[in-house]
Amino acid sequence: MSDSSALIARLRRLAADTGATQAAATAGDAWLAQGLSRAHLHDIYAVEEADGPSGAGFGIAQALAARALPLLWLRTAAGERAQGRLHATGLIELGLPADSLMLGIVADESALLRAAADAARCTGLGTVLVESVGRAPGFDLTATRRLMLAAEASGVTVLSLRIGAEPTPSAAATRWGVAAVPSTALDQGPGEGAPGLPAFDVECLRRRGGPAGQRWRVEWDRDAKSFRQPPLSGAGLSLAADRAAARHPAAFVRRAR
Amino acid sequence: MFAGRGETPVAFVETVGQAVRLTATDLAAARSGLEVGLTLADARARVPELEVFPADPHADMDWLERLADGCTRYSPTIALMPPDALVIDIAGCIHAFEGERPLAADVEARMARRGILARHAFGDTPEIARALARYAGAPAPDEARAVKRLPVAALELDDDATVALARAGLKTVGDVMARPLAGIAARFGEDAVTAVRRLAGDDKAPVRARVAVAPVAVERRFAEPIARTEYALEVIEELAAEAAATLAERHQGGRRWEARLFRSDGHIQSLRIETGQPTRDVPLLMRLFAERIDSLADPLDPGYGYDLIRLDVALAERLDAAQLRLEGGAAAQDRVAQLVDQLSTRLGRGQVRRFAPRDSHIPEQAELMLPAAAEAPPGGWPQGQAGEPPLRPIYLFDPPQRIESVMAEVPDGPPHRFRWRRRVHEVARSEGPERIAGEWWRRHDVVIPTRDYYRVEDRRGRRFWIFRHGLHGEQEHPRWYLHGLFA
Repeated sequence: MSDSSALIARLRRLAADTGATQAAATAGDAWLAQGLSRAHLHDIYAVEEADGPSGAGFGIAQALAARALPLLWLRTAAGERAQGRLHATGLIELGLPADSLMLGIVADESALLRAAADAARCTGLGTVLVESVGRAPGFDLTATRRLMLAAEASGVTVLSLRIGAEPTPSAAATRWGVAAVPSTALDQGPGEGAPGLPAFDVECLRRRGGPAGQRWRVEWDRDAKSFRQPPLSGAGLSLAADRAAARHPAAFVRRAR
Repeated sequence: MFAGRGETPVAFVETVGQAVRLTATDLAAARSGLEVGLTLADARARVPELEVFPADPHADMDWLERLADGCTRYSPTIALMPPDALVIDIAGCIHAFEGERPLAADVEARMARRGILARHAFGDTPEIARALARYAGAPAPDEARAVKRLPVAALELDDDATVALARAGLKTVGDVMARPLAGIAARFGEDAVTAVRRLAGDDKAPVRARVAVAPVAVERRFAEPIARTEYALEVIEELAAEAAATLAERHQGGRRWEARLFRSDGHIQSLRIETGQPTRDVPLLMRLFAERIDSLADPLDPGYGYDLIRLDVALAERLDAAQLRLEGGAAAQDRVAQLVDQLSTRLGRGQVRRFAPRDSHIPEQAELMLPAAAEAPPGGWPQGQAGEPPLRPIYLFDPPQRIESVMAEVPDGPPHRFRWRRRVHEVARSEGPERIAGEWWRRHDVVIPTRDYYRVEDRRGRRFWIFRHGLHGEQEHPRWYLHGLFA
């Protein structure tokens, strides 16, 4: 009797373990189709300053995949000068309808944080994308904790896009490093050899209560409103592609301390 | 008139032609016999201790504007009559003062506190009031006779006509009125007749009020000035509730609200807020006012205290009670609108934006950013084709940024290398050209170079939108620019 109960307990443990692993695997890949978890704060780091547009594109794609609209984009006046202004036609071509996009331009970082905190409390919004350029020391544990709490209370997803910054401690649910990668060239028609769909090298740098360190090479499919992994690199995480990416200086990602 | 600083006579001067002449004098200078128009040399000879300042008509005008703002405590309808007069339309506004005379006394007392010597007069029309205030006539029992006893100068015709009237033996306005108008017109021109008719009250010049009268205005006067900002805010809240009740009766909501705090020393602090949708939600309004106060460069300074607080609803629109949140979608929109109002109030109206398409094929002119607090912009955006990658960037530089060291294999082809922001980019893939011609139908005088746009991707996967400004046939060495960044 005691033998069988011990066995059952062992089996249960095993079952629980596999369950947990599977859950982790699905959670790790779920964002490809469903976007990042709603009602949370997520940090998105552009690996280098020149990867800013990729980080922004990744953030928008996440909001679209999660169907978390309307989107309020907050940025500083300095960011507007350095990165260029938003171009709605291009954003529409990523799949973001112009009538679900609002843009707020603030004077400085403290105003950015304040506006972000107010927006994160507004239950009518789907996503708040907070774009900061430079080190932005104001995005510390306290500020991110505040954003996370507001997001949890309201159900708004807060994406903190950091361009030209090193990862710093934060209360965010996940942290991502995004870089541009060469796209799959169009292979037919008059546009043969032209740059293809937006492609990103994405690494999960940190995940609260879950595994981190996975890396994907994905394309954004506007029509399906989901990410997909390019066919050439094979299903799942291709080691070859990853190695190629690892050799590539663009793929270097600084780990959080 | 500037009452002056006491004993020392003061005058303002201006260079007219070759001579420096007085343009204004204070009371002490006037008593010493100085007149406007005298040359400075003569004036100095008569009054050696005269203090002189250069005249500044713009500053005078600015001052008059500020006085007019101050006078909105008496009536919402104020008109400026430059250079030195204000007309206050007091019809229906004297209840707070129990009559015209106490009101005039209050005006004079306030002006005197500011060192201003004001002369006032009442009249049926603005012209009569101003003529009576500006020109001294013989005392008269009523308004009509007072006007008749004014000197002909009160008609304010040009100097020749005034002299001619005096030579013709017409000394007062009444003398001119007694003549047949046809004769006056024949000898002194149409202007003279108009002037006479205006002073007779037959003809009214349109009075242009400085600010439109608000559809709803509520105010509170205090016998004792209140010197604490918190009290002032409480009063604004009460006023907002009153205004909201009035608006509710009319099935309206306010979109622009202005609270004005009149300080007892004449300073006015104005707080304006605007909402994207008509509202009569008092707590919401108070939150916006609090934001507005937070965003002031200088904090509210009650000083000696506020003695009048007024709340105007400058723009009201239809708002039916039934419109109040019936379904979830509308409620969510309401909450977004409230956020937009809050951020617009704090950051400035133009800083929270929505995008609107515009009919132009020049990329940087093809879209507009409108304040999100205004009406929803129209649709009509171009949509991407299914399966196609984005053909327009998500970030656009305006103006486009110059790129250098551009190498192209063939002169009209895409570049295979360029430098931007001190970095060399090796182009791996490209598409183009997409040719966008200048809007040649708008400018005929200059040739606007054609732009050849290329969508390029460098070896590291960064995607750019660059163009060559001008065809090789059009220009010797066309320049290259980077216009946007793709995701």
